[in-house]
Amino acid sequence: MIRMHPVNENTWILYPGDEISETVAAHVARLTQSIRASLGHCLVDIIPSYTSVLVSFDLQQADRFAIESRLKAAIDQSEALSEQTMTAREVVLPVYYGPEAALDMEHIARECQLTPEEVVRLHSEQIYRVYAIGFSPGFAYLGNTPEPLRIARKSTPRLKVPAGSLGIADNQTAIYPSQTPGGWQIIGRTPLEMIDWDSETLTRVNVGDRVRFEPVDRDTFISMGGRLDEL
Amino acid sequence: MSFKVIDPGMLALVQDGGRSGYQHLGVTTGGPMDEHAFDWANWLLGNPRGAAAVEITYGMLVLEALSDMTFALAGADLDARLNGDPLPPWQTRQVQAGDRLTFGSPVSGLRAYLAFPGGVQAVARLGSVATVIREKLGGLDGSGQPLRKDDHLLPVEGGVVEPRTMPDWAIPDYAEPLKMGLIPGYQYESFSAAQRMKFFTSPYTVTSNIDRMGYRLKGEPVISEQSGIISEGIALGAVQIPQDGQPIVLMRDRQTIGGYPKIGCVFSLDLARLAQRKPGDSVEFQLLDVAEAENRRMLYDRHFSE
Repeated sequence: MIRMHPVNENTWILYPGDEISETVAAHVARLTQSIRASLGHCLVDIIPSYTSVLVSFDLQQADRFAIESRLKAAIDQSEALSEQTMTAREVVLPVYYGPEAALDMEHIARECQLTPEEVVRLHSEQIYRVYAIGFSPGFAYLGNTPEPLRIARKSTPRLKVPAGSLGIADNQTAIYPSQTPGGWQIIGRTPLEMIDWDSETLTRVNVGDRVRFEPVDRDTFISMGGRLDEL
Repeated sequence: MSFKVIDPGMLALVQDGGRSGYQHLGVTTGGPMDEHAFDWANWLLGNPRGAAAVEITYGMLVLEALSDMTFALAGADLDARLNGDPLPPWQTRQVQAGDRLTFGSPVSGLRAYLAFPGGVQAVARLGSVATVIREKLGGLDGSGQPLRKDDHLLPVEGGVVEPRTMPDWAIPDYAEPLKMGLIPGYQYESFSAAQRMKFFTSPYTVTSNIDRMGYRLKGEPVISEQSGIISEGIALGAVQIPQDGQPIVLMRDRQTIGGYPKIGCVFSLDLARLAQRKPGDSVEFQLLDVAEAENRRMLYDRHFSE
């Protein structure tokens, strides 16, 4: 049973689950898709997150009751969609895990009692799911980081985390699409632009996508447009 | 037909109805802090709803007309003057080349809107010209900059407009006590009856920590039984209650998701009134049923859809 309630005169929130998990994330992705289809041009904005979907609609085109019934229809449809019928998109991101990019590798290796090579292997063997996008445009929260790599955030955030950086904290991995302050432990950097508002796709990853990180060497990173001179 | 920016003042931003449809990518909406004043500024010139206008926060802006031009001014009284003569808000004016429009500091309210025939010409990014500085989106050239010295403000339409006269009933008094309707929702249930009682019966003071993202209020602390929640989408007007119990009302440039418990949402038109309140002003919350909010909103929208 999906809980749902209005939060203001043109917004509803729906909760397909209560805990952060792959199963709930898949449900969120299915529900988001069926709400888009069900609301059509009445939909103004939709924000899928770990366990919830926030939906704002155009009050000049439909009232709360009309939207409520369309949301209920969308819930039914999403429950009919099985995991098989909706395969998540898989995105492969090249990552340079070398010392100039992995600003916290020494600390991560020491805390986890692993060698940097083992850290890279563990981090890049995992397949992640994009649970949420927020904090800043295109900032993606991915899970789950393998158990042996789960460490706390930095006690003092960095003032400037370079664009493309990958950070880890607890059971999540984040990708910084632009240079911002941040407190995650930086484990590597992708040479790819994560956001491009002038492109068709806008962002390289979306909520619900599966992501794999592919280690690349320094030369490949640079030949793909990666930069190491930002700090 | 244009105005030249002689001095951008404290903060002057191009805003339209807001950037919708991209919040799933973490892109906030922007848009006018005081939707009421913004809508009426456009109405005064017969503009389409949501046409781009200039949001002037606090004042100190100086503009010079480079040719004949019509504009409308609505919202806060920021001690505007036309060639030195007082120019109260809620009216349209015609200016000629060389005329100077200057803004002082707030007399009543905090934000004024300057509208031009058809809107202000600006480069749309992601379907909107709404300026969100931290996202580097919107504004005259699309890069998220506020107005700067020597910028030019050009109207979208060059023709003659038939100015309208503001109905008295639609002119708000920004000095009157503000009771904001709060629609209960989100983690409302995680606040005990005693905490809710405190929240709805205590006055809160507007702190100096107010910007386009949010208004931090100070007063009787209210405590949620949950210290944090799994990050979820934030609606316009959401009232976050962090662990110190001091409410933060989230405004136009709010972040799209967040992990603080929320007691509900301030009704959109009351949020517009909050945007005119200054540090030190006192505000209160009162429970508002979502059905009532919906009715009030529909009545409001009707004025601008005719």
